[in-house]
Amino acid sequence: MRVVVQEEVLDPYKEIEHHEETVLESGKHGGVVSFVGTMRDFNDGEDVSAMNLDHYPGMTEKHIEQVCQEAMDGWDVMDVLVVHRVGDMYPSDPIVLVAVWSAHRASAFDACRYVINYLKERAPFWKCEVTKAGKKHWVEHNSKDPGVAESREKAV
Amino acid sequence: MEIDVKFFASLRERMGRTSDKVTLDGDTATVSDVWSQLSSEPIPNNILVAVNKEYTDLTQELKSGDEVAFFPPVTGG
Repeated sequence: MRVVVQEEVLDPYKEIEHHEETVLESGKHGGVVSFVGTMRDFNDGEDVSAMNLDHYPGMTEKHIEQVCQEAMDGWDVMDVLVVHRVGDMYPSDPIVLVAVWSAHRASAFDACRYVINYLKERAPFWKCEVTKAGKKHWVEHNSKDPGVAESREKAV
Repeated sequence: MEIDVKFFASLRERMGRTSDKVTLDGDTATVSDVWSQLSSEPIPNNILVAVNKEYTDLTQELKSGDEVAFFPPVTGG
């Protein structure tokens, strides 16, 4: 399992490639399922031009690691990689990568969904958006994935 | 006892500081006692609490040196 919180620009596909080349044993996994969250240029009917992502160093990493461990305990997966950005970002920038490797696809799909859903629910990050009109506001809540309850029951 | 306090996001702006130190008399205190030292207003309903980087609530008992964080709902991912 690898969890990284970084200010640097995120290239999710390079991260997957690098993880496969440096950490995973070649030929052992049957697939990788990834989720890449990117920044939208709209939210709640407003045009958004930039965003700053705040976090709680130490607590954020700890809670992402806990969610990844739950996914590894709950499904038959080989490895989980999470890279999450903080700091200033702009529309279309990747914000988060969740990648899950397994021997068979079903557990990788389920575990990947579990990790992104519970990361969003529990890891301390806060989005502050800047609108095209130059107005700054904190995002009050994330949208919920309707699959979230089902995936917790399966894993825990 | 001495407690380290941290604020994040919109609450940090509202409190006008990123951190604080609170000194409480006596051997026992809860997160709620810490908040009372920080503000004369009741804690807003949506505010979450962590002690030593684990989620908890206002009733948790504290020991000297604990780190208490107050923050709004999280919006990562």
